[in-house]
Amino acid sequence: MQDAYADMRSGPGRGFPATYSVERDASIQLLRQRTDWIKVRTAAGREGWVHRSQLERTLTPGGAEVRLAGPDPEARTEHRWEVGLGTGDFGGANVVSVNGAYALTSNLLVRADVNHLLGNYSNGWLGTAGIAHVFVPTWRVSPFVGIGGGVISISPKATLVQAEDRTDTTAYAGLGVRGFLTNRFLLQAEYRSYVVFTSRDENEEIDAWTVGFTYFF
Amino acid sequence: MDRGLHVFLLTALAAVASLPGIAAAQSAGEPAALPTQQPQVVEPAVKRRDVEPAAIDTENFEAGAFVGTVSIEDFGSSLLYGARIAYHFTEDLFAEATVGSSEAGKTSYEELSGSAELLTDNERRFTYYDLALGWNALPGEVFFGGKRAMPSAVYFTLGAGSTTFAGDDHFTVALGAGLRVLANDWIAVHFGVRDHMFDSDLLGKDKLTQNLQVSVGVTAFF
Repeated sequence: MQDAYADMRSGPGRGFPATYSVERDASIQLLRQRTDWIKVRTAAGREGWVHRSQLERTLTPGGAEVRLAGPDPEARTEHRWEVGLGTGDFGGANVVSVNGAYALTSNLLVRADVNHLLGNYSNGWLGTAGIAHVFVPTWRVSPFVGIGGGVISISPKATLVQAEDRTDTTAYAGLGVRGFLTNRFLLQAEYRSYVVFTSRDENEEIDAWTVGFTYFF
Repeated sequence: MDRGLHVFLLTALAAVASLPGIAAAQSAGEPAALPTQQPQVVEPAVKRRDVEPAAIDTENFEAGAFVGTVSIEDFGSSLLYGARIAYHFTEDLFAEATVGSSEAGKTSYEELSGSAELLTDNERRFTYYDLALGWNALPGEVFFGGKRAMPSAVYFTLGAGSTTFAGDDHFTVALGAGLRVLANDWIAVHFGVRDHMFDSDLLGKDKLTQNLQVSVGVTAFF
């Protein structure tokens, strides 16, 4: 231990009572990690949860710093993978969305999502893939634009007459904003204008918006 | 001879031995350059130990199953079972995916009339999924007797998903609250309530139905 002391808590969170503390130069063993908390065991056999920040400066017997997995300020621009959940509206139908992205650079994302569409007269699925450009990834709140394409499958509800399942290709252009809640966690809102290439004479245009949260890995 | 004197003599000897250039320069009458670095006297024989810290097991995923009862609006209460998986982002926030399944009973009308069936057996199956964001609002401890304390948290979830019931998929908003008690480092017991809200026009008129669920579950962190 290199910090003056570290509180050991009964559980992995700041709301749990501190039951013991370890002092500088004490030797501790790291057992397991949950979010930002690490379970440690002292030489005397006491166990408790210590926050990552109090262990960052702990040295191994060799003098090297211990590296612990966890978020750091660089995660905003240096992350690679994002996974998110969202909900919203797709041309009057409700949407449940699961989405993922891979950051090619800190500005440029390759994105894919799967959406469950739940409307009054029809249900369906929409899958898209595309790219997005985040204007200033270091800002706390940053706008972004995106384009992409995908496949939409609609099944009208059974109560409608002359209903037919349709599967069509679609393309979209979108505009959104994302804001960081923490270094690894952000809220995202997006508007997309879809064009569905139907087999009928006219293409269908659909406005869609979603709000959701995204986490970086 | 004490240690300090010994070191001093050694240093002096080494300094003289390492400065033949200066001695030569001085003898030629040119200005001498002072040594900028202290010469190394002892070559350290200690090799730095490279210690590889043990890979710490990070356990942010939680998965498990639950059983309970769900009150399907107009269709009575039935046994419910399901599964959940969660990922803990921080000590406060987590994301959760839940699936559940139940079999709806009969409406009072169906029971009283004796014969008229509103739904087929297949349509009575009530299945749902939802994706939620959870917040550990009240971390603390649960005490059993005088000697045993288990870490716990009261949490709230807000989610969206779909419920399949009466031959139709319904967009569903699910509000939940629960108590998570850690039995040991990696096993948790959940006591939860959840309200699945969706619009239904099954009985002729569009209405928002409230489908309340009470459940007990066990999950493992990994």
